[in-house]
Amino acid sequence: MASDIKRVKGDVLLEIKNLVIDGKSDDEWKPIIRGIDLTLKRGEVLGLIGESGAGKSTLGLAGMGYARPGCRITSGTINFDGIDLVAASEETRRGLWGSRIAYVAQSAAASFNPAHHIIDQTIETAVGHNIMTREKAEADARDLYKRLQLPNPDTIGLRFPHQVSGGQLQRAMTAMAMSCRPDLIIFDEPTTALDVTTQVEVLAAMRNIVEQFNTAAIYITHDLAVVAQMAHRIMVLRYGNLVEEAPTREMLKQPTQEYTKSLWAVRKLQKPETTSDDIILNIDGVDATYGGGTSKVLDNVTVKIPRGTTVAVVGESGSGKSTLARAITGLLPPSKGTISFNGKALPAALANRDRDTLRRIQMIYQSADTALNPRQTVRDIIGRPLEFYLGLKGAANDRRVVQLLENIELNESYIDRYPGEMSGGQKQRISIARALAAEPELIICDEVTSALDQIVQEEILQLLMKLQKETNVTYLFITHDIATVRAISDEIVVMHRGKVVQQGLKSKVLNPPYPAYTELLLSSVPQMDPDWLTGLLAKRSAKV
Amino acid sequence: MHPVLKTVLQRLGLGVLTLFAVSIIIFSSLQMLPGGYAQNILGQGATPETVKNFNHELGLDRPAYVRYVEWIGNAVQGDFGNSYSGTTGTIKRSVSAIIAPRLYNTFFLAAMAAVVAVPLSLLLGVLAALYRNSWYDRIVNSITLTTIAMPEFFIAYLLMFFFAVKHRWFYSLSTVSESTSFWEHVNRATLPALTMTLVIIAHMMRMTRASIINLLASPYIEMAQLKGVSKSQVILRHALPNAWAPIATVIAFNLAYLVVGVVVVEVVYVYPGIGQMMVDAVSSRDMPVVQACALIFAATYILLNLLADIVSITTNPRLLHPK
Repeated sequence: MASDIKRVKGDVLLEIKNLVIDGKSDDEWKPIIRGIDLTLKRGEVLGLIGESGAGKSTLGLAGMGYARPGCRITSGTINFDGIDLVAASEETRRGLWGSRIAYVAQSAAASFNPAHHIIDQTIETAVGHNIMTREKAEADARDLYKRLQLPNPDTIGLRFPHQVSGGQLQRAMTAMAMSCRPDLIIFDEPTTALDVTTQVEVLAAMRNIVEQFNTAAIYITHDLAVVAQMAHRIMVLRYGNLVEEAPTREMLKQPTQEYTKSLWAVRKLQKPETTSDDIILNIDGVDATYGGGTSKVLDNVTVKIPRGTTVAVVGESGSGKSTLARAITGLLPPSKGTISFNGKALPAALANRDRDTLRRIQMIYQSADTALNPRQTVRDIIGRPLEFYLGLKGAANDRRVVQLLENIELNESYIDRYPGEMSGGQKQRISIARALAAEPELIICDEVTSALDQIVQEEILQLLMKLQKETNVTYLFITHDIATVRAISDEIVVMHRGKVVQQGLKSKVLNPPYPAYTELLLSSVPQMDPDWLTGLLAKRSAKV
Repeated sequence: MHPVLKTVLQRLGLGVLTLFAVSIIIFSSLQMLPGGYAQNILGQGATPETVKNFNHELGLDRPAYVRYVEWIGNAVQGDFGNSYSGTTGTIKRSVSAIIAPRLYNTFFLAAMAAVVAVPLSLLLGVLAALYRNSWYDRIVNSITLTTIAMPEFFIAYLLMFFFAVKHRWFYSLSTVSESTSFWEHVNRATLPALTMTLVIIAHMMRMTRASIINLLASPYIEMAQLKGVSKSQVILRHALPNAWAPIATVIAFNLAYLVVGVVVVEVVYVYPGIGQMMVDAVSSRDMPVVQACALIFAATYILLNLLADIVSITTNPRLLHPK
């Protein structure tokens, strides 16, 4: 039983030695973890950091002795408090899961069963493994909800998962992990799906409770600034190998490996601020609603976009930034207000716009995987707008496709590839080429770098800037990532709950004095400084 | 009003409308059948004169819409008119009186088959999902697929051969009457019920298996495993409650089949159900009986589908407990 074990700080709790894990892809087993050692002491928080495909989730789950379907532990040992998790029976592992080793997943919304009350799921292990009686477990869960600063801790557990917000659900999942007071919790990107302002509260709550119960944790994330707040020690992974390992402060101060330095480097990209009096798109007093007028998502939005510049629209989920894009493209005709393009009013609905108007406004989406047809080759994907808007056919069409491929820094050889045969960054480049093919004046970029790794993001942003220089195209850049905004925008529009909070040049918006919401938003963006979270919480509580 | 109640009432209203539309289709399509009751009963030697008189007596010489309005007007009040064949001189037999015992028999048989088939196929389906891709899974799948692939009459004769001829455990003929006691009725209806069970089990079992397996890739299932929940509890507590909607639809579909699609089984076992009676009524052009049967069948489908919808709604907490 967890409570019988003496919790002595400093004892080794988890020791992984020379671990190799294979993953199955295309019917072949390929290594995803290539011989990693990991040691975790009681009460210690270890950060695992790396880009997608680095194997950080796989390694984290291996700490529970679990390999996802399609993965297998090939060699190495995993020793949890004297128990060999690789050799242990499934029965033994299941006895540990939830009670001594717990897991907190990335998306709480997907990881809570929609069919059961939150509290029943919170106490499922405690009751199911006969660690506590139901009454005791429920009382304890309410206490945990309180410690995690959930609103209405006595009744929130009686709700269904869909009835509470994402940030609350994430804290409820932490309560679920804590319910048996485990020795070890695996946090797998627990705040990645949250807005920055919500993230601050969740990070604070998780850090606090782990400290209170002296629980060891493995914290997996791709976000350096977040791991800097949470972990005592950091391991950097790449392609299933360990790149570097050091205590947090030490690593932040002087990373030794080139790869680590490249992750650490603050964005090099800095665009000099420009503006223009020539307004290409003028959004004037626009309202938009969903559900036949029942919910207003844009409220009197007025935005001016100067030609040849990059205007960033920032805001959290539900701020209406994507809806603004839908209104501009005509997918969601505004219920009030006008949108004029090149000085002329745009017909509200997509169906009423002529082909040339359609050509001039193009869009690039967040996920190239869903925006590109997987059964079309690059030739078809880029060739289609060339034929549709410009009437190019046959050899002329092919020549232009090759030219566009060169513009996006890919070569001719990509022309016959399918989306499935390219990397995430390459696919996003194809999406950009498809938008460029129409020779547009305005491109709406909807979170185009959000699904990409840091280094690839940088490359894509550089490409977009280069293309702007060459063609003087205007970008409306929708994002929730302040770092991206800092790097590429000329002007910034801050949105909150369907309203424009602020619009202005980057230098103005990102510097004080701030409107209240802009300040909240900017101050919530995690910083590399490991004392950032502590400092921010102190500052905020001093204000109250 | 609770949104669920509202939806149910809406569906019920729609069901009534559908039933009306069906009644028009039934009535008008029966008008298109060649010949009529008079020709059928009077035979080839009948003179046009006698046929005309006969039709006049039955009121069949009036325009179709008048007869429709009269029929549907009475039907709404529960009166399905009088059977042609039951009418001789002044003695009239109402359709309801003819149908009632047959309908009882049909529902009796359907209920017997359902009581066995539904729990059994759910159990087999859950076990198949739990031990997916094992020998058990494969064997259950092939057996149920075999029984659904065989014609019903063939299964019926096979069962009869083994359980009534080789081993004299059950009756090969399922004749029952109103004086048959309940247990005797069960005994006599066992073989037809078993036949129908074998026919419908595959569909329901495979849907149960598929909709559970479909959910096993969900993050909340992985979460449940990593909370140390046992395999069977993962399926029963975490997957099944979210899998009801498609399963309920398939169950409703198969239950409806038990009521309306059993003519062949009834004929093989000489079981006095409504299917056989409807076939007889069609061949003798006894329109009031045919119309009443068709309307009952349509109502069965509509009601069972409504039930499936209610199950889908009430098992979905997003609909049952809105934000």
